[in-house]
Amino acid sequence: MFESVSKTTILAAGTGADLPTVKDFLPPEILFQGTPFAINRIILIRIVATVILLSVLALTASHAKLVPGRWQSMIEMGIGFIRDGVVYSVMGELRGKRYVSMIVALFFTILVFNLCGIIPGANMAATATVAMPLAFAAWTLVQYCWAGIREKGAWGFIRDECFTPGVPWPVYFLLAPIQLLELIIVRPASLTIRLFANMVSGHLTLATCLAFAQYWVFEASNKLTGVPVGAMWLVGGLIMTLFEIFVAFLQAYVFAILTTAYINLSYPEE
Amino acid sequence: MGIITLAQIAGNLNLIGYGLAALGPSLGLGLIVSKSVESTARQPEMAGKIQTLMLIGAAMVELLGLLGFVALLIM
Repeated sequence: MFESVSKTTILAAGTGADLPTVKDFLPPEILFQGTPFAINRIILIRIVATVILLSVLALTASHAKLVPGRWQSMIEMGIGFIRDGVVYSVMGELRGKRYVSMIVALFFTILVFNLCGIIPGANMAATATVAMPLAFAAWTLVQYCWAGIREKGAWGFIRDECFTPGVPWPVYFLLAPIQLLELIIVRPASLTIRLFANMVSGHLTLATCLAFAQYWVFEASNKLTGVPVGAMWLVGGLIMTLFEIFVAFLQAYVFAILTTAYINLSYPEE
Repeated sequence: MGIITLAQIAGNLNLIGYGLAALGPSLGLGLIVSKSVESTARQPEMAGKIQTLMLIGAAMVELLGLLGFVALLIM
């Protein structure tokens, strides 16, 4: 029994199926090789996705009517959901008005970039390398630091964040560095890693399912067991695709709501 | 394939480590979701707010699991 099991595992892992690796996320450069502006497949997906997103939104906005059609009301529903469900419900209307455009832009960009992972032809989430989530997280960092400095002054902001009131003073030796680290490193790093790792793991799982499906159906020598097993892998791939759509929405929502919560934390308590 | 090689561990040991590391966050996620379901059942009118808070907490816990995943990838 061990003999056959190990043989099939070795066959599946070693010679047969074209399993995804980390190299999927470092594709060769296709344009401007060798320059700092080198473009590879993932960057091309980002550019195309940005152009599509901007032109769709601009077209919808330029054809906007007082009584919205089907498409316009769908876009409006999305924007309204972010405005009321995320920004206003966390920050309130008075504070939140300034940040609605930022959060809406973040949400829609991340959503479209994530959905690239399941669009045939692209098959790679544009947020699946660390650079793009890092850029979004840096934007968030600048925004919440700026909000705090504007509202409380630079020293007031640092004091409120690092020296939390109501703590006996010797604890500050321990607490203040941790709070400062949390403020400038942990928050942006956690935003980055959450989005990036979700997209990478989603791509790896989906590609593993499809690679095994292809291997079992077409390349396995024993068709009698190969085809049913391959069909099961294919069903797994379809389920993972649906799950990836869910994760794309969820991660965009979580990023938006955490950004809002971080900005809200910088404001003084009433 | 003799009796000697039967006990051999092949492949990446990091995978086992990641499996162990995923235990804690899964417990945490279970606690978060069960508590939020409980509080929604007690106060159905607060459902929206509880869901938002649950997602923020779940995102924090989920990060712990994903840290293990990233460590698996880069080691």
